[in-house]
Amino acid sequence: METAPKPGKDVPPKKDKLQTKRKKPRRYWEEETVPTTAGASPGPPRNKKNRELRPQRPKNAHILKKSRISKKPQVPKKPREWKNPESQSGLSGAQDPFPGPAPVPVEVVQKFCRIDKSRKLLHSKAKTRSRLEVAEAEEEETSIKAARSELLLAEEPGFLEGEDGEDTAKICQADIVEAVDIASAAKHFDLNLRQFGPYRLNYSRTGRHLAFGGRRGHVAALDWVTKKLMCEINVMEAVRDIRFLHSEALLAVAQNRWLHIYDNQGIELHCIRRCDRVTRLEFLPFHFLLATASETGFLTYLDVSVGKIVAALNARAGRLDVMSQNPYNAVIHLGHSNGTVSLWSPAMKEPLAKILCHRGGVRAVAVDSTGTYMATSGLDHQLKIFDLRGTYQPLSTRTLPHGAGHLAFSQRGLLVAGMGDVVNIWAGQGKASPPSLEQPYLTHRLSGPVHGLQFCPFEDVLGVGHTGGITSMLVPGASEPNFDGLESNPYRSRKQRQEWEVKALLEKVPAELICLDPRALAEVDVISLEQGKKEQIERLGYDPQAKAPFQPKPKQKGRSSTASLVKRKRKVMDEEHRDKVRQSLQQQHHKEAKAKPTGARPSALDRFVR
Amino acid sequence: MTANRLAESLLALSQQEELADLPKDYLLSESEDEGDNDGERKHQKLLEAISSLDGKNRRKLAERSEASLKVSEFNVSSEGSGEKLVLADLLEPVKTSSSLATVKKQLSRVKSKKTVELPLNKEEIERIHREVAFNKTAQVLSKWDPVVLKNRQAEQLVFPLEKEEPAIAPIEHVLSGWKARTPLEQEIFNLLHKNKQPVTDPLLTPVEKASLRAMSLEEAKMRRAELQRARALQSYYEAKARREKKIKSKKYHKVVKKGKAKKALKEFEQLRKVNPAAALEELEKIEKARMMERMSLKHQNSGKWAKSKAIMAKYDLEARQAMQEQLSKNKELTQKLQVASESEEEEGGTEDVEELLVPDVVNEVQMNADGPNPWMLRSCTSDTKEAATQEDPEQLPELEAHGVSESEGEERPMAEEEILLREFEERRSLRKRSELSQDAEPAGSQETIDSGSQEVLSELRVLSQKLKENHQSRKQKASSEGTIPQVQREEPAPEEEEPLLLQRPERVQTLEELEELGKEECFQNKELPRPVLEEQQSERTPNNRPDAPKEKKKKEQMIDLQNLLTTQSPSVKSLAVPTIEELEDEEERNHRQMIKEAFAGDDVIRDFLKEKREAVEASKPKDVDLTLPGWGEWGGVGLKAPGSPPSFLIKAPEGPPRKDKNLPNVIINEKRNIHAAAHQVQVLPYPFTHHWQFERTIQTPIGSTWNTQRAFQKLTTPKVVTKPGHIINPIKAEDVGYRSSSRSDLSVIQRNPKRITTRHKKQLKKCSVD
Repeated sequence: METAPKPGKDVPPKKDKLQTKRKKPRRYWEEETVPTTAGASPGPPRNKKNRELRPQRPKNAHILKKSRISKKPQVPKKPREWKNPESQSGLSGAQDPFPGPAPVPVEVVQKFCRIDKSRKLLHSKAKTRSRLEVAEAEEEETSIKAARSELLLAEEPGFLEGEDGEDTAKICQADIVEAVDIASAAKHFDLNLRQFGPYRLNYSRTGRHLAFGGRRGHVAALDWVTKKLMCEINVMEAVRDIRFLHSEALLAVAQNRWLHIYDNQGIELHCIRRCDRVTRLEFLPFHFLLATASETGFLTYLDVSVGKIVAALNARAGRLDVMSQNPYNAVIHLGHSNGTVSLWSPAMKEPLAKILCHRGGVRAVAVDSTGTYMATSGLDHQLKIFDLRGTYQPLSTRTLPHGAGHLAFSQRGLLVAGMGDVVNIWAGQGKASPPSLEQPYLTHRLSGPVHGLQFCPFEDVLGVGHTGGITSMLVPGASEPNFDGLESNPYRSRKQRQEWEVKALLEKVPAELICLDPRALAEVDVISLEQGKKEQIERLGYDPQAKAPFQPKPKQKGRSSTASLVKRKRKVMDEEHRDKVRQSLQQQHHKEAKAKPTGARPSALDRFVR
Repeated sequence: MTANRLAESLLALSQQEELADLPKDYLLSESEDEGDNDGERKHQKLLEAISSLDGKNRRKLAERSEASLKVSEFNVSSEGSGEKLVLADLLEPVKTSSSLATVKKQLSRVKSKKTVELPLNKEEIERIHREVAFNKTAQVLSKWDPVVLKNRQAEQLVFPLEKEEPAIAPIEHVLSGWKARTPLEQEIFNLLHKNKQPVTDPLLTPVEKASLRAMSLEEAKMRRAELQRARALQSYYEAKARREKKIKSKKYHKVVKKGKAKKALKEFEQLRKVNPAAALEELEKIEKARMMERMSLKHQNSGKWAKSKAIMAKYDLEARQAMQEQLSKNKELTQKLQVASESEEEEGGTEDVEELLVPDVVNEVQMNADGPNPWMLRSCTSDTKEAATQEDPEQLPELEAHGVSESEGEERPMAEEEILLREFEERRSLRKRSELSQDAEPAGSQETIDSGSQEVLSELRVLSQKLKENHQSRKQKASSEGTIPQVQREEPAPEEEEPLLLQRPERVQTLEELEELGKEECFQNKELPRPVLEEQQSERTPNNRPDAPKEKKKKEQMIDLQNLLTTQSPSVKSLAVPTIEELEDEEERNHRQMIKEAFAGDDVIRDFLKEKREAVEASKPKDVDLTLPGWGEWGGVGLKAPGSPPSFLIKAPEGPPRKDKNLPNVIINEKRNIHAAAHQVQVLPYPFTHHWQFERTIQTPIGSTWNTQRAFQKLTTPKVVTKPGHIINPIKAEDVGYRSSSRSDLSVIQRNPKRITTRHKKQLKKCSVD
């Protein structure tokens, strides 16, 4: 921040004048060795280390181009006035060519602003106003700091770009693998496991480890980057689903009867009999909850940090075998055979919302990482993308030839659908946009019908489990290029993992806080506030915050007679009453004005209508 | 002393005796005054006698005699004098003596002084003392107010309080105390000082400054004289103008006006010869003035002058003339430009015919009609084109020639400005003539027209009439053909496609379209929740245009659920069609699936709607019925209650509208999440009066997950920091930088509490010493 800005090329170096200095001029004989250039740049906010081992993007010149999203123009946020004028014109009178702090683009700052300014506040007291101002100043400052630290996110997402008019969907995996470097090419592989049936798979949160379980009991976990096997067992029972818990050390496997938990050595740690006939598993990492959907129609939340069942909710919709979580607010989405998708939280016995999505049953549900879009596919062969921001309306719909049996979103919003033995990937424009279903971004044919799909976090890799085993395919631009080293570091050591585990446990979010709007915690509970007020009034016998009734001022010379006092009081009362009436009238007008346009236009022929 | 006491006792005795005597006296002389006096005398006598008993006191009694009206033997009496004896009278000597004056003064002073009031009671005194003490202390303490306020508002307080660091001195001050030490520096500074190069901000040496400032005396004088002259001239001119303005003679003014006009014309002519471009500008100005006049409608009959003239017009010929003149002027000015364009259009029509006669003129008209209003121009040109297109059945062969000529006209270089200028006036006159011809007003022919152009005029007239007829007939045709009444008069033939017309914003052409527009406007705000349908519609629109209004009707607030789910979505053309190798269980599932698909449909939607209705019903606040069984019912067979039974139904207040009110495919649970609510703030903290205000202050997260490290540290700094092992002394005046309580100083500090310089401190100290 305070590094001395270097003059641009057009500014000739002034030799005869002393250089501008903000601090006390330092002399060469004064043997001080303070690094000048390092300055005090904003500290690395979240130790967002640059990744050294990013898979290099394909560099095939004729097919693939590495698209570099041009950085947004550096718009000065607010030209802050620089406080001490001496620094501007120093010893020699030379001016700082770049006065003030470095500019920050406004859009980036806007992204970090969280105060909802849409609500107009009424006139408030000076004291309150000062508090609000402090809060706003704080917000601005922190958001500017956050925007500055965006600079440290050095990596950019890659992309596939067809040569003029070429369809990217025609590019097959072999082409991509041929184009990319060896390290990335090594990430495309096939595991031929034809023996133990269709596979479900799951990547750990850091994206480093992969667990998969075959229908016929084959369970294995491995570090898929180095291909180092951690464990491989056969549970001698049908495996319905498999999922990593908070770290790669624990593994939950939904077996035919009960839910089992293994460690990374393949040793069975727990057998949870309260969760029986589980079909699908989801793990909520910030709440340490394992959500299980069972054939019996129960959605069970298991707190893995204390080993207690938090809630067992009866969905009352028959067998549950479609489940996904909303990573934004940790709400569980269940798909039902009657075409609805229900949203669940452990705090409520009933679903938070129910959305009728398809005419047939729902086959697959997926929610994107921002919690904005939900993709569903049903038995009516349709694939729909819903807006989850309050309206729950479909944004786009497509009919697929055979319907999608599995859906998954990537970190950057790519949507993959598994249809039979084919996977289709759709991409949108940018990160926070819904995938456009017009053109598939990539397609790939597998050796068997798809049974499980997941994008690997922080790697441009899609893992597909199918009857023929596991396929890991390269999908450029699928995932977040920059990772948070403190949150989910793919390169962390065992020690780091342990540290992280402790911290994560300390920051565990209570299960009852799961609701549709995760920012509800930043709101005041209005109902109990009102209730408290009412109780206080009852207790005291009067309203301490009520506006005092008008008391006319005493006046001299006999004008303060009782009659005149009453008159004055009445005047004020009437004025208030008039105000009220005016307001209500205005409201009525508004209502009417709103109601009017909905009605059909009156026709001249209406008079003849009998 | 003993004697005194004796005398007193005697006095008391005598009084008793007197009292004993009193009844006797009364008896003796009840109504006689003299008797009374006698009694007194006796009494006196008695007293004397008694007092004389004591030998010592005897000589004290000295008789005095004074002049009096009533001379008594024994006593001085003031009786009869009719006035009371005042002390001052006694004191007053016969002739005033100076020695007594002072005494008198003192006496008067004593007398003038009022009696001392009673001292207040103790409580009140104490109260007053308290009040005074409070005020004093409050004043003394008020100097702490800014400090307290500052500390309250401070983001962080560090205890023990540190002394204020000296304020940052400006660099100039630092520099003055700074010395060049190294040889290099010394050399540099020597150089600088030699050249008197300023070290601080201004980059000019004193010499430079002086040279800048310098101005010779003569020059200054000359300048001053010049200015004086200019001022004098101006004042002369102003005086003259004022004088002239006061002249009431109309004739004089008329002459002046005419002279001015002539002069202007002459100048213009000259300008035209010398500088055609400037002349053109001048002309534009004139045109603009004309427009302004047209806009202001100065020459209507509504003015004061005009009204007076109207009254006079009946009798006065001159007034009538003047009025007519004005009217004509008004007509000329308020001539709609559309009419003008028509004339131009007609000119455009004439172009074809009269190419030979007025080829350049007509061409130039269109080129030069630009100046004032480009929009008008566009419509004009379009109109002319229209006219041209409309005419082509009649004059096909000539059209081509005309086109050529036009192109020629356009190709003609702009260097021909002189010709252009010369013909400018001609053109204007021509235009006027054409207007006149249209209006068929012979009155305008008073203008001097050259004989050559008169022929042109006559031909023009004929042509224009012809054109008019043509135009009208076409219009009639159009109106008779079109079943829909034309909304726009401007476009008589909307079927024709003119590129220029298309460039303009689309106009509503028929009533139907107008209606649709209105509908669309009112529906626009309803379009939000149906993006899919919109999309499909937009895809569909090209082929099914006719049922667009129907769809609009459907755009009611509720989205049709059927529609939502049953819309045929475009199917995806996948490159790779999945191969279906049917496994055993897959086959079975597929079979079931097919059956399901076959029967899928309505019942799903109906079930959902039913469920939603139930949910809505369940969430509605319920009315409370307080009716007791038997209340208001009369016993007995065949008895009826007299009138309707009283209702004890308490209607529940209407709750807020449901979030899913307009979303048919969604049921949103309106129940409150009590567990989450337990984590929310339930009491508004002090300075906030509305929860929105408070919510704003807690919306920014402070955790390190959401913030950069620095921001997190800043957000979580403790409010108070104490250094371990340090004694925290109470705050002293020196700590915050002042000791005096004078208001001015305080105000200074309040304004800038952070930077209190040592100089300031000294000042304060001085004040306090004073």
